[in-house]
Amino acid sequence: MKIRVTERQASDMKNYDIVIIGGGPAGLAAAVSAKKSGIDSILILERDKELGGILNQCIHNGFGLHTFKEELTGPEYAQRFIDQAKELDIEYRLNTMVMDISHEKVVTAMNREEGLFEIQAKAVILAMGCRERSRGALNIPGYRPAGIYSAGTAQRLVNMEGLMPGREVVILGSGDIGLIMARRMTFEGAKVKVVAELMPYSGGLKRNIVQCLDDYGIPLKLSHTVVDIKGKERLEGVTLAEVDQNGKPIPGTEEEYSCDTLLLSVGLIPENELSRGMGVEMSRVTSGPVVNESLETNIEGVFACGNVLHVHDLVDFVSEEAAAAGKNAAAYVRGERSAEGGREIRLSPVDGVRYTVPVSINTARMDEELTVRFRVGAVFKNCYVSAYFDDERVIHRKRQIVAPGEMEEIRLTKDQLLKYPDLKTITVKIEEA
Amino acid sequence: MYDVIIIGVGVSGAASARELSRYKASVCVLEKEEDVCCGTSKANSAIVHAGYDAVPGSLMAKLNVKGNEMMEQLAKDLDFPFKRIGSLVICLNEEDMPALEELYERGVKNGVRGLQIVSGEEVRAMEPNITDQVYAALYAPTAGIVCPFNLNIALAENACENGVEFKFDTEVQSIVKIDGGYELETSRGKFQAKYVVNAAGVYADKFHNMVSEKKIHITPRRGDYCLLDKTAGDHVSRTIFSLPTKYGKGVLVTPTVHGNLLVGPTAIDIENKEGTNTTREGLDEVITKAGQNVKDLPMRQVITSFAGLRAHEDGSEFIIGEVEDAEGFIDCAGIESPGLTSCPAIGEMVAGILKEKMNLEEKENFIATRKGILDPDTLTKEERAELIKKEPAYGNIICRCESITEGEIIDAIRRPLGAKSLDGVKRRTRAGMGRCQSGFCSPRTMEILARELGVSMSDITKSGGKSRLVVGTNKDRI
Repeated sequence: MKIRVTERQASDMKNYDIVIIGGGPAGLAAAVSAKKSGIDSILILERDKELGGILNQCIHNGFGLHTFKEELTGPEYAQRFIDQAKELDIEYRLNTMVMDISHEKVVTAMNREEGLFEIQAKAVILAMGCRERSRGALNIPGYRPAGIYSAGTAQRLVNMEGLMPGREVVILGSGDIGLIMARRMTFEGAKVKVVAELMPYSGGLKRNIVQCLDDYGIPLKLSHTVVDIKGKERLEGVTLAEVDQNGKPIPGTEEEYSCDTLLLSVGLIPENELSRGMGVEMSRVTSGPVVNESLETNIEGVFACGNVLHVHDLVDFVSEEAAAAGKNAAAYVRGERSAEGGREIRLSPVDGVRYTVPVSINTARMDEELTVRFRVGAVFKNCYVSAYFDDERVIHRKRQIVAPGEMEEIRLTKDQLLKYPDLKTITVKIEEA
Repeated sequence: MYDVIIIGVGVSGAASARELSRYKASVCVLEKEEDVCCGTSKANSAIVHAGYDAVPGSLMAKLNVKGNEMMEQLAKDLDFPFKRIGSLVICLNEEDMPALEELYERGVKNGVRGLQIVSGEEVRAMEPNITDQVYAALYAPTAGIVCPFNLNIALAENACENGVEFKFDTEVQSIVKIDGGYELETSRGKFQAKYVVNAAGVYADKFHNMVSEKKIHITPRRGDYCLLDKTAGDHVSRTIFSLPTKYGKGVLVTPTVHGNLLVGPTAIDIENKEGTNTTREGLDEVITKAGQNVKDLPMRQVITSFAGLRAHEDGSEFIIGEVEDAEGFIDCAGIESPGLTSCPAIGEMVAGILKEKMNLEEKENFIATRKGILDPDTLTKEERAELIKKEPAYGNIICRCESITEGEIIDAIRRPLGAKSLDGVKRRTRAGMGRCQSGFCSPRTMEILARELGVSMSDITKSGGKSRLVVGTNKDRI
């Protein structure tokens, strides 16, 4: 959105040390960590009517095994962080939409009570999360009736409003939300006929395939897609077809499914309109900001974490990453992040590794330990996750299976990097056994 | 008995209703869908053509050029988006130059102003993303783009304000001649009128043939389109056409008034008058052909695709006028491209015919202007702050992608002929028309609709009829 600012009066502007865009799991963990790192002046801006983000509609369990060593539902997991934020007296605004962030970190936001207002931040943490890819983005041909939902929209209707989007369901895409919704729709009395996945492997977690499809006898058809949508007013059916290695439908493999609902779980896209607007450099692979070891973008003092940075599989990793972003933002505000005496090391993803977060490490700014997260581009069995320090293989970890649906990581220590004074590039790759 | 019944409220019906509402006459519009702008008028290229395509001397040529001239003032009067951005017809090789020159000549004969044949080099300077193969182009500075939804809705709203009645979900089933007029049997009872205007789009042949022995035949000619994200909206800054073929103007690439990029349409003759489904072949053709004139099209940025049906009459000409063997029955048929462009002139022509036949007198209190839904993006920061203070709903963003507030959605529902469905809100405000395609805002818009209309969430539809968005409550069948 463009706002015509006639004259900016510095005196009306509120000032905060750290402004956090988004009060979901990433924003909350970042806020808690920044506060614990000694920053008092923190503001979370949340567009929804409550804190917790998308976790509020994830009423299934399985959250928090890493962080809390127990299985929580989404709202319970969120509540642990909301409680901490409240105990720490962290300021937040609900129902507040951030309209624009300037390169100089002036945040323009809007809500019903305060109207349009501006905040000058010393540091900004981007934690806006992601959105779902739509039918339109897939360019599926056919009619455009009611009854086609992204899995997350259906999840909101069912779990938060108690409304059934339909009775007979086909799901396209085996992302985690789609798998979770296959089970949820079954619980609520719908018939889930099939889950079709374009790729020869699922995009979701293995445990979700077992617990959400296999346990309920819902078939998963790999290498299949929707090639036609029928019904002018309400959805009446879809046609599935098998696809070849290039993802093109194979003529003659079409199968008709009558259904009144098609749920799409075909990918998540980090929501970076604000980041782009302020000039943050973006990665073409993750659709999220390019960040260094501090999770800082190309704009000094602007940090990113959670699904806006890259799409995660487990919220525990979001919390961990966001805590690091909060801590680093606090250090930035206190002027304690010096790159002096440090060296820049590049991270290079090759051979099956699609990207790394971060993309560079400054040895002076890095913590004692650093987690490098990445995803692979295909399923690899009996392989090694390897890291080469220039030409020397330093990490070589055996893995039975790695898959695109699950996030991978390697851990680096400062001591380890300092042993290689000439190190320029760390190459991360998958090596077949 | 009404003085006039108009069948259909696409742009032709709405423009005719609005022009007729200048006069002292009772006018009623019957529409089979739940809203204005549900057929051909909602799914087209949204182009205001310059007027060089139509055969000189034809009604199409005359009304196109006139409609183009009228559009700017109409957009001001009725407050809908219109931009005169110009168009280029791309010629890729020397052998096709005679065809381009013929187009130029035709344009001159039709009275199109400012036409120019420009060299390949000049084209590349004007549009850096045009293919390097461009040899020359016909440049028409008077061509423009419009929001077809708001053009149609504005015309209907203004007609409504001036006393025209509208009956939605009212499908005409049969028409019989009665004493002094016609009786129309519909899905909602019988209606009588002294005069009937047949503006039924792809169905206009059906109604014409009910009252006339001189049959006409309309073929739905389907066109598939892809709409690209706003990040691709400045890929070209004018409408880019290919040289026309016998099926029409070919696949174009154009910015839209709201800053998206639109590519399409195909042209496939079909039988089914409701066949608005896209096909794989159609979408693939759009992508291939659009790439012939424009390079590096970011097709990964497609946010939706759709198909529209042109009402192609066998004679390839607008049929506007009283039917020879059916007195008082006015056809407004075969309105395919450039129908959207021509609609202001079509309305004027239809009203003119009836004025003469009925000796209509002008109203003293005709309201010539209409105010559209307030777009807070056009306000200064201070004005916007003031607005939110007065109406807090304008501080509540519902559609993130297009920055549409609750205030705008409430306005869309409460105004005359207001929105009753998700698509109705979408066409009026753009809520749900952005890159997430209503994934985030649809449950919220449904809540606002339910609250404003005083119905339950499960009564809310996508586009009327059987298009309910939810079918019940959790576990209600267990």
